[in-house]
Amino acid sequence: MTPGGARIPSRPGLLSRAGGVPSLIFVGPFLLYVTAFLILPAGMLLLEAFAGKNGPTLSYVAGLGTGPTLVAFRNSLVLSALSALVGLVAGGLGAYFVMRPGMPRGLRSLVTSFSAVAANFAGVPLAFAFIATLGSLGMITTWLKSAGIDLYGMGFSLYSLPGLVLVYAYFQIPLMIIVITPALEALRREWREAAENLGASSWDYWRLVGLPILLPGLLSAYILLFGNAFSAYATPYALTSGIIALVPVEISNVLSGNVMLSPQTGAALALGMIVVMVVVMGLYAALLRRVGRWTR
Amino acid sequence: MTDHGVRRAARAGRREMLKLGAGVLGAALVPGALLLPGIARAAGATDAALIKAAKAEGRLNVIALPPDWANYGAIIDTFQKKYGIPISSAAPDDSSAQELQSIRSLKRQSRGPDVVDVGPAFALIGANEGLFVPYKVATWDSIPATMKDPGGLWYGDYFGLMSFGINRSVVKTAPQSWADLKKPDYKGMVALNGSPLGAGAAFGAVMAASLASGGSLDDIGPGITFFAELAKLGNFNPSAATSASLVSGQTPIVINWDYLNLAQAKKSKGMTPIDTVIPAHSKPYGAFYCQAISKFAPHPQAARLWQEFLYSDEGQLLFLEGFAHPARFSDMVKRGVVSAALMAELPPAGPYAAAAFADNDQTKKAQQALAADWTKTVKA
Repeated sequence: MTPGGARIPSRPGLLSRAGGVPSLIFVGPFLLYVTAFLILPAGMLLLEAFAGKNGPTLSYVAGLGTGPTLVAFRNSLVLSALSALVGLVAGGLGAYFVMRPGMPRGLRSLVTSFSAVAANFAGVPLAFAFIATLGSLGMITTWLKSAGIDLYGMGFSLYSLPGLVLVYAYFQIPLMIIVITPALEALRREWREAAENLGASSWDYWRLVGLPILLPGLLSAYILLFGNAFSAYATPYALTSGIIALVPVEISNVLSGNVMLSPQTGAALALGMIVVMVVVMGLYAALLRRVGRWTR
Repeated sequence: MTDHGVRRAARAGRREMLKLGAGVLGAALVPGALLLPGIARAAGATDAALIKAAKAEGRLNVIALPPDWANYGAIIDTFQKKYGIPISSAAPDDSSAQELQSIRSLKRQSRGPDVVDVGPAFALIGANEGLFVPYKVATWDSIPATMKDPGGLWYGDYFGLMSFGINRSVVKTAPQSWADLKKPDYKGMVALNGSPLGAGAAFGAVMAASLASGGSLDDIGPGITFFAELAKLGNFNPSAATSASLVSGQTPIVINWDYLNLAQAKKSKGMTPIDTVIPAHSKPYGAFYCQAISKFAPHPQAARLWQEFLYSDEGQLLFLEGFAHPARFSDMVKRGVVSAALMAELPPAGPYAAAAFADNDQTKKAQQALAADWTKTVKA
């Protein structure tokens, strides 16, 4: 059923327009919004990335290929992919177990409320919370040390890539719980019962029924988590002062830093981020076509 | 000079930017300065004719002077009371770049700024662009030569040095030199206020470390190596220090401008003892600001009177009360003008006479070296 066909207008002459006008009313502002806040800025970035002092130049974009910038992109990709994976697995399993029948009633609302808060707890406060607990002079670090366990002596460091993954997990896992819960709810119990009646083990059910149905949802959740981590800036900066090069931190250094100003380099870096996201989304779309083929 | 967290952070940011631009100075020969030599007119601080002319103009327009920065609030009040000339203080949180833009865009308007307070990089730009008129205050000779344009187009008003801010409730024995920071007592304690690629004070810290480790204003390399070693020893705490993390003890040793550490010490007096140490055995690294009079000043005489006031002992001491070391600090210490009570609140005066300032080219060179090597060599 098309949206236009849902309402039958009293006069048939308006039928053709009925689909157009209401959808324009609702879609129009959205399109304007997207144009003003997404397309135009992206276009400006594109222009700026190629704008030299004397006409167009490729030097800023070419600068993306240099050592430090490559390292920043590699770090950003690794950090985003890893922390999204941690979020996906831990958050997915967490949501699944919380929603299992037989779990206490209050637990679910407790977990979802906490997730809603934690998923939005990021930035400098989050970094400071971790510095105060697991930093080299943090409370837990000190306690463990007096108990004979020297975290930093054992090679742990909050200010490293693994440390950042740990910190990111704090908002990635709750976000995953929030976005995957509706998908898990959509798994009908009848399907499982039917599978079990036909002799499927729990593993068979998940392999052949549960996961294939969830897969599109899991994939889009992964993309969301990836993007979430890829653009995070304040947390890693407050935590590491940029000794772990990340693209958003590099952008801020050249764009709003107090040391060197090079908006064009910033635009080129941002362009690189857009390219990464477009590639990731492209992969996602291709995968979705494959895994979601039978759901249509 | 700093009160509320957010505003303070924003201001520190903008000021540091200016600071950082700090370079410049060494190249003190500004073409613009040579074009208009004769106009400079020396006037006594109490030159009655100047005061009369300024009063006749009836107003002074200042810009980008936050009342809690370098004690500008008290300075403005004192000037108004002393001379009865009202001051219009516009856009207190503007940046140096915006100050220059105001001169350009408010040309020949009665609300245009009469005087500006900008970082050296911007003072050079303004001088080259012909936005300033030269003027030499009565106390001109006691402003250090490295801090002024020989032609009088601009002149440093106050400066700061790199210092260690130390939370003494965590750090039992305060480090006194850069070499001390490598001692095992300070594991995980030494922090910067951000990345030297983005934060002005952090940049200054690496420069200062370089001066202490065999480097020079032209070679920041040894400073980068110093922090790489500090990180390897586990002493470098890579989290970005804030006043909160200094006071709470998460980053108990913060390398920052002396005036920020001193102000923090004053603020947390009675709660957390904070020491400010100018590291010994090395050339102290500093950065300063410059005063200049707009060429299009609607109140040119009041502007001159303002400069006379700022560079008088009285004005300079007001800066010092806000923990910004005035340009004529060494001269005033020599003459015993600074009270013992005030001196007791400050680090020893010695290093302030020897401050090294990087010029524009040196700053640029250091930035390039940092961009290439910092994240590559400093690993926690």
